Amino acid sequence: MELLAFGKTGWGDELFYATLMTIAVSITAMLIGFFFALIFTPLKLSKHKLLNLIGNSYTTVIRGVPELLVIYLFFFGGSGAIMFVASMFGYYDYIEINAFITGSFAIGIISGAYSTEVFRGAIQSIDKGQFEAAKALGIKKHIQFYKIILPQMLRLAIPNLSNVWQITLKDTSLISVTGLVEIMRQSYVAAGSTRDPLFFYSFAAVLYLLLTFLSMKLINRLETKYSKGF
Amino acid sequence: MDFELMINSFPRLLSATIITLKLLSMSLFFGLFIGLFFAVMRMSKNIIINKFAYGYSYVFRGTPLLVQIFIIYFGFGQIEFIRNSILWVILKEPYWCAIIAFALNTGAYTSEILRSAFQTIKKGYIEAGKSLGISSKIIFYKIQIPIAIKQSLPAYGNEIILMLKGTSLASTVTLMDLTGVAKYIISTTFKPIEVFIVAGSIYLFMTFLIHNLIKFLERRYNY
Repeated sequence: MELLAFGKTGWGDELFYATLMTIAVSITAMLIGFFFALIFTPLKLSKHKLLNLIGNSYTTVIRGVPELLVIYLFFFGGSGAIMFVASMFGYYDYIEINAFITGSFAIGIISGAYSTEVFRGAIQSIDKGQFEAAKALGIKKHIQFYKIILPQMLRLAIPNLSNVWQITLKDTSLISVTGLVEIMRQSYVAAGSTRDPLFFYSFAAVLYLLLTFLSMKLINRLETKYSKGF
Repeated sequence: MDFELMINSFPRLLSATIITLKLLSMSLFFGLFIGLFFAVMRMSKNIIINKFAYGYSYVFRGTPLLVQIFIIYFGFGQIEFIRNSILWVILKEPYWCAIIAFALNTGAYTSEILRSAFQTIKKGYIEAGKSLGISSKIIFYKIQIPIAIKQSLPAYGNEIILMLKGTSLASTVTLMDLTGVAKYIISTTFKPIEVFIVAGSIYLFMTFLIHNLIKFLERRYNY
């Protein structure tokens, strides 16, 4: 227990901040994922062949390639890509991107592929009559989407999005390879300096379990709230 | 685009794929037994056995695979008792540590897949078997298992693909699998995009093969 003391002697406070970092990265990545899903879901549902191909390749490639490989691509290629874009605008200095941004972006793109699939499934399972009824009533396209499709879609999507959240939360452990100090990285450092890997990695496992457990409780509440009839 | 690097790195990545495939097949093989074992425990009416199996799958599905590998590879080596026992022959090798972690992890997911497959079998099938005087052992092997296999194929196919991606974590415990070699080439050449395209295509090709194999099996078991 001494090892977990707060202050200079133990690792308690470090691990506490690392846990907050894991939560912050997971939420940021999830939001970035939603942003990607917002772009790619319409593409996947599109009848246009090229747009459809773009949407499908995104989900197929990201879901078929290991997360770690995607993270390495961003970790090693991220600043290069930004510098390339900057050089087009006449900026030639070295740009280093923060590990938090690289990490959340990499995990966000992965999370986005799963969210896209969830949204696509949710939209497709909405009864066709709903679209037709809206059309027959002469409701405008965007109002139809926001007032009729979206509320029904969210209700269908929430249970599956909770799975995506779990995957995203667990995937954040992988960005420890980029040096961002989240739970896994902090445990690695603590294990190295105290020579007690078994304790610290087991404690990391407990922290992750706690996070998944608590977030499931929270999501279940949301689920009951949204599954009420309206 | 550095096409020369892409062509040159292809054979190296391809030979690393063999390790990835070895890791995958070994962990799936052991994971299937672990999964079946825990699925049967989950269906037990004894509350302690049932809760134990539930706890196992909850812990392994609720924590990242990376933590599991690190506990087995770095953590177990710390215990004096393990280091002095015969287990150390296996646990000092990163290769076996990775396989143990993967097998335990995929076993937890497989047990859930199999459990739900067993639970969706209609009671009538078992009752029909019983009324024909077939022993419950044969009912289990000849009726329940074939139906469960068919039911669980799509979900198990997904699990195989997830496990294929999971094997990339072996590179964090010094194994040179496909991702490990890809990372090595990236960090020596600083050409992440080229290497990503080649390594990613190899992974996608494997995913494609697994996907089609499962589809083929689904059609075969569709009676």
